[in-house]
Amino acid sequence: MSSILIDKSAPFTHAPTSVSRTMVTVLAALVPATAFDLWLFGWPALFLFLVTIAACVAFEAASLALGGRTLRPALTDGSAVLTGWLLAMTLPPWAPWWIGVLGALFAIPLAKHAFGGLGQNVFNPAMVGRVALLVSFPVQMTLFVAPQPLFSAGAPGFVDALGITFGSGALDTMSAASALGHLKTELSRGIPVNETLQHMPGLMDTVLGIRVGSMGETSAVLVLAGGLFLLARGVISWHIPVTVLGTIFALGTVFNLVDPGRFAPGSFHLLSGATMLGAFFIATDYVTSPVSRQGQLVYGFGIGLMTWVIRTFAGYPEGMAFAVLLLNAMTPIIDSHFRPRTFGRTRKGDPLPLKREP
Amino acid sequence: MKLFPVRGGIHPSYRKERTAEAAIVALPLPASLYIPLQQHIGAPAEPLVQEGDLVGKGQLIARSAGTVSAHLHAPTSGRIKAIAEAPAPHPSGLPQRTIVLEPDGKDAWADTLPAPVRDPFAVDPEVIRDRVAAAGIVGLGGAAFPSAIKLNLGTQSRIHTLLINGAECEPYLTCDDRVMREHADEVIDGARIMAYALGADRIVVGIEKNKPQALASMRDACAAFPNVDVAAVPVQYPMGSERHLTQAITGLETPARRLTAELGVVVHNVGTARAVHHAVRFGRPLTDRVVTVSGGAVADAKNILVPLGTLVSELIAFCGGLTVPPRRIVNGGPMMGLPLPSLDVPVIKGTCGILALTADETNERPAQPCIRCGSCVTVCPCGLVPVEMSAYIRNDRLDDAVQAGLMDCVSCGSCSYVCPSYIPLVHYFNYAKGSVAAKEREMRKLASVKTLAEAKAMRLERAAQAKREAAARKAAEKAAAEKAAAEAAAAETAP
Amino acid sequence: MLIDVGSLAVMGVALGGLLGYAAKKLAVEEDPLEQELQAMLPGSQCGQCGFVGCSQFAAALAKGEAPVTGCVPGGKALAESLAGKLGIDADLTGHEDPVPQYAEIREDLCIGCLRCIAECSTDAIVGAPKHMHTVVLDACHGCGKCFAICPTEAIKMCTVPVTLGTWHWDKPNTGATASANANANANATGVH
Repeated sequence: MSSILIDKSAPFTHAPTSVSRTMVTVLAALVPATAFDLWLFGWPALFLFLVTIAACVAFEAASLALGGRTLRPALTDGSAVLTGWLLAMTLPPWAPWWIGVLGALFAIPLAKHAFGGLGQNVFNPAMVGRVALLVSFPVQMTLFVAPQPLFSAGAPGFVDALGITFGSGALDTMSAASALGHLKTELSRGIPVNETLQHMPGLMDTVLGIRVGSMGETSAVLVLAGGLFLLARGVISWHIPVTVLGTIFALGTVFNLVDPGRFAPGSFHLLSGATMLGAFFIATDYVTSPVSRQGQLVYGFGIGLMTWVIRTFAGYPEGMAFAVLLLNAMTPIIDSHFRPRTFGRTRKGDPLPLKREP
Repeated sequence: MKLFPVRGGIHPSYRKERTAEAAIVALPLPASLYIPLQQHIGAPAEPLVQEGDLVGKGQLIARSAGTVSAHLHAPTSGRIKAIAEAPAPHPSGLPQRTIVLEPDGKDAWADTLPAPVRDPFAVDPEVIRDRVAAAGIVGLGGAAFPSAIKLNLGTQSRIHTLLINGAECEPYLTCDDRVMREHADEVIDGARIMAYALGADRIVVGIEKNKPQALASMRDACAAFPNVDVAAVPVQYPMGSERHLTQAITGLETPARRLTAELGVVVHNVGTARAVHHAVRFGRPLTDRVVTVSGGAVADAKNILVPLGTLVSELIAFCGGLTVPPRRIVNGGPMMGLPLPSLDVPVIKGTCGILALTADETNERPAQPCIRCGSCVTVCPCGLVPVEMSAYIRNDRLDDAVQAGLMDCVSCGSCSYVCPSYIPLVHYFNYAKGSVAAKEREMRKLASVKTLAEAKAMRLERAAQAKREAAARKAAEKAAAEKAAAEAAAAETAP
Repeated sequence: MLIDVGSLAVMGVALGGLLGYAAKKLAVEEDPLEQELQAMLPGSQCGQCGFVGCSQFAAALAKGEAPVTGCVPGGKALAESLAGKLGIDADLTGHEDPVPQYAEIREDLCIGCLRCIAECSTDAIVGAPKHMHTVVLDACHGCGKCFAICPTEAIKMCTVPVTLGTWHWDKPNTGATASANANANANATGVH
């Protein structure tokens, strides 16, 4: 018998959870959507996906080594893989390899380790990566291709794909616009929203994901399925996704009713862009979102609001990434203002009045 | 019966199956009993016996010292071997004054036991309270707060409900479950006596739904009494917490820094109720208790009726010994129990379980960085933000932690239990609470030292002043005398 | 150009005057810091801080010439309050908290000379001439003045024992992060 028996206070039982288990569950939830997208955009998408994840893991290892910290626990928790995965989902699938590597550089050493590593970062690393890329390389980051499913006619083969991702690129002949981008361009040319929408692919195609966009933007239904899986497993709670989606949908619907020529409908907002991915996988990032349920409701509402505002009024067609970063910055304030009520105390923190009847 | 929701909480693996069906068995008398003078909250008792004294079972051997304290009685008949320092059943392993009793094997009751109270409902409530105090009864749910004080609360504010706590929400423990199944009548009788002493009209027994047999037997036992109800409360740790049980059953939320009694509710454990029954109906003081011995490292888990003062090692031996070296030996349940430094410590009044847990069961891992998942906030039954408080404490900002509600934390362990990063949150809180209390003690001491020093300085000053005045007076007198002498001399020489 | 310079000059003079006036008008009486600090000290004049008495120590504290951790009987709690008062960030991590002590008189050696009683600033020692003296534990704050003055070395200073009532858990030592911090601290002190 020795002091090892008494080196810690209770509890002496623990839920079978761990950080890596949580991360692996999130990754599993992303698999169906990712598999579909990789099929949809073929070899170049797969290369970019792998390059981005590998770069994130490599930067994570380098940052840990530089900080003089032990590599194993941090590398095996899966957080770097998740960041890389999510970052890759927000990139144009045929973007060159260095986009993925640069994105990883922004995401891991700058957004995460400069703040102290896992749990310390203020901003969502994947979103910092995406936004930094979008601002620095607007051309590469907005060049989308039409879906060219793997092994379909006209799809690039393995070798051609290597050229697309690692070579000079062959994008000039294949560019297309994402739905949100198209809407915005047309609107700026004076074509009303409802008219543009009529010429777009049907709702069914949008739901299924046979459309233009970043990997995570295409298959709304599979991303939604993954999100519901996370909800069912208790990894995330409903508070953030429901408020994000609810706010976007409500704003879209109300304003569309007011002026269908100027404002896109709520259903269009829900199914286009990164709405689903953002609501279930990005906004719910533990580290950068508020810890209390009350705070999460405020945070989700803020993201929904900012996303809709940016999409509708700002220069960029998609606002999810910006909205998430803005609300990330608000998280410490939200956390200090929206907290649960302490047992036996009022919201202000004073003891409750003595009441002998319920 | 209408129940009210309670915030947060967890659903740990209960692991009660191993002992739930094991009937209570009595432990054969051990060779020596070690009875620490402090087995309760409050001041240690003062010994009344000396080395070599012969005592009968139930004889008073140490007297309650101060307002919050409790009597101690000989758990069996025998000879006092020594009054010595022995390790306490406590993580500090600190030595503590302990009466060592060598049983004579007869287990004969002392002839000094008080007479049974024939009809407890006909005597003055004061008599019941005195009897409970005389029997040395403390809260047997683990807190070990002197029960007589809690029974006295009826004199300060009107009590409408007595809650009998049979929730037993801690994993592994089944001692209350067994007591309710096997001695339901005694528990109900004790509860009725306590309600009478408190002046409470209504009794509700709260039992978690995962104990159907206990619920059934308690319902049978109270069928004859219309003012006694049994409530099946949800299985939700920490339902057995006094304040949370009160909220679940009465819907009353106890304000911070107040007692449930101020709301008209007093909570007692089922074991305590049974002890009251024994003390009042038979005049028998508290000399033994039921202890659940379980955990993966124990060969044969049991519910045992144990004389107080029995060494934990004797219990383990009675249960077939340890099959593997345990990772932790716990006094109490795994959520809130105290880790023990060794098996050579005694069972005391508050010991409801002895657990020898394997590394698999404790599932301890090195702490990883917090990922701010917020699980701790969701499960906290007190509505606190553990992630924030622990961050303050880690950075030695104890005042901020207190501001964030540290003192409202009941150390239930829910946050530590769910933390995916295995951060020892409750350990942080326990450290901080102890540290804050130590600082308060220091400041009080400093204030008293200051008062004393000022008093002394003033006294010295007064003494010096008096001395100066006396000297001045003396000088004046002397001068006057000299003057008088001179005048007299002058008068003499003048003529 | 001339107007610009002129207007700036006028504004400068006006605002400067306003500031000067405000500084005069709103000037705060200088904190009687020294007295406040002295009020926080035990006042037992034990001299363990290296100064003659508490008021001298308070004066040195106010001037920043003495460390907030100087008062031994005050311990860590006082050091923290003093640091708070002075608005400085006391680094107490490296500060070894002096273990609280109390005086004990050994019967066989005490000759009942009364010197310790006169010396004790908190009246913690009771006794009569030529009779054994005793320390009242609650009043003793372990300043050690009696220990120094006792002619027969009958007084020994003992550490106040930890009891079940005063024991508490240590701050958890959380593996990697803690050792990383320790390293960081070690490096930092190495640089200084």
